[in-house]
Amino acid sequence: MAQTLVQTDSTPVLEVRSLTQRFGGLTAVNDFNVKLLPGEMTGLIGPNGAGKTTVFNLVSGFYQPTEGQILVDGKLTAGFKPHKVTALGVARTFQNIRLWNDMTVLDNIRVAQHHWLGYGLFHSVVRSKRYLQREAEIAKEANELLEVFDLQKFADELPKNLPYGTQRKLEIARALSTHPKLLLLDEPAAGLNSSDVKDLIRLVRWIHENFDVSIWMIEHHMDVVMDLCNQIKVIDFGQTIAEGTPDEIRNHPAVITAYLGDDNI
Amino acid sequence: MKKYSLNMLLIVFAIGLLFAAHFRIIDSYIQIVVMTIGINIMMSTSLNLVNGNMGEFTCGHAAFMCIGAYISSILSVFCFGTKFGAPLLPAASVVIVFPIILLIGGAVAALSSLLVSVPSFKTRDDYLAIISIAVNYMIISAIENMDFVGGSRGFQGMKDTVWAMIDIFDGPWMLFWVINFTVFTVWVIRRFISSTYGKGVNAICQDEVAAEIMSVNTNKIKIINFMVAAGLAGCAGGLYAHIIGYVNPQSFNILKSTEAMVMVYLGGMGSLSGAIISAVIFTGLLEVLRSQAIVDGLLSPITFMFPDWEPSAGVIKWVMIPLLLVIVMQFRPEGIMGNRELGDVFPKLKKFYRFK
Repeated sequence: MAQTLVQTDSTPVLEVRSLTQRFGGLTAVNDFNVKLLPGEMTGLIGPNGAGKTTVFNLVSGFYQPTEGQILVDGKLTAGFKPHKVTALGVARTFQNIRLWNDMTVLDNIRVAQHHWLGYGLFHSVVRSKRYLQREAEIAKEANELLEVFDLQKFADELPKNLPYGTQRKLEIARALSTHPKLLLLDEPAAGLNSSDVKDLIRLVRWIHENFDVSIWMIEHHMDVVMDLCNQIKVIDFGQTIAEGTPDEIRNHPAVITAYLGDDNI
Repeated sequence: MKKYSLNMLLIVFAIGLLFAAHFRIIDSYIQIVVMTIGINIMMSTSLNLVNGNMGEFTCGHAAFMCIGAYISSILSVFCFGTKFGAPLLPAASVVIVFPIILLIGGAVAALSSLLVSVPSFKTRDDYLAIISIAVNYMIISAIENMDFVGGSRGFQGMKDTVWAMIDIFDGPWMLFWVINFTVFTVWVIRRFISSTYGKGVNAICQDEVAAEIMSVNTNKIKIINFMVAAGLAGCAGGLYAHIIGYVNPQSFNILKSTEAMVMVYLGGMGSLSGAIISAVIFTGLLEVLRSQAIVDGLLSPITFMFPDWEPSAGVIKWVMIPLLLVIVMQFRPEGIMGNRELGDVFPKLKKFYRFK
């Protein structure tokens, strides 16, 4: 809660203005607006096919929006490739874990720092002073990150050999190693059992407290969203149908209709 | 000690080889075989960068070899030959200029790799394979239609450069350059691929979407990776042209590309030491099976049953080598080394050298 009070002078980490995405005749996202302030933890929920992941794909630069603007930290991201958006400070995880499975855990973390390597082909071939210095810094940072995530013991393992819950954790750690201002979590609890979900809630809260990062998550496990987020947005068929605190959302008639359907069938 | 052990070994080996060649302990046939091995190592390791490490499927690697061969041949004829008029440079400068000529050939080949790398932004797999084959044909046909480099008759005259070197010092110059450039190739690739920068290539191979989202500039890395691979293949082509003293566009056709691919898949995708080992084995095998006596010996059980059949070595080796590939793919689809390096297979070697 402390973070939410200290945000008077700050620009929003993410501002989305009347975002619309059409795929042919299908309007996946329609006039979507959101403003995320630093340190906020926000949820995005909605039934299957509501366009939640499309919003994330738009924000991370994976799709170019049909209409509307996306501002990351006050900067317009129109026409940016995803790696540039990441460099601006948006990191994300995926619904289905997408780690680099044949690279060690440590390398997974290291490669995610590509945007600020500060050296190129020439330096890597001649192993210049700058190369050695940057590699040492990156290795140090990656090791520290593994340390705080308690993944140090897996540093030389391949991610595919890790348990599912640990892979989730590693994916979040990898996203954080890009030094994001905003972390997008796309269904972090998907495929986890109930005890893993509890660990995940603890982990996300811990990240929120210890890293200087806003979190925006899509999640189907209501307990996760209700527990973690202070603001929730609900979309259905690309339209925003409700937003507010968890308590407001829980009893919002439009949300209940969207999830459970009308009672007069 | 650990850091320099392999380097020392290599230097000793190279000097030994050069001495042996200089004092005619190994004859010029063996020298040619050794040089072919070197060129094949360059081809397989550089193709491995694209097909193995990046996981793209290109089968037109010989096109870049062709460009390197032609560019460096033309330059060397201009500089030291008499074909296009008087030599531009004094013959004494050949030892310094020759590697530069090879590198320029490589640089032009690297630029031409944009023909494949730009389409690779949007296509992958089979489609990129088709594009790369098309590029291979395009380049060969273009050169066949250039009369000033001899067209389909081929191009020669670069032996003048080699003679100029021999005039300065009578030694195995081409062997010297092949050893140097082979070591250079492996050195560049190893350092590139083991840096965090180069590991972006592996990230693209394993999950391109994740790589792009996790801040890897995939397009740039693809261009650079293709450029390194094509550039080194171009250097290999330049060396090849100067060893043979004659280039013909058809010697860089799809068969040559396939040879490079066979070496990569035999050695194991993404394994640098695998690519080197398989280049040695493959070239060695080609030479061994050239001997009629050995082929007769190998096939003696069959020829015993069918006494009328007299297999000729030159033909039958193209049955036996593909058969070997079929067998390897059947029983060890990941290739000789898989994606591991020598140090992973024999951990004891790590005591002497760090492989990554």
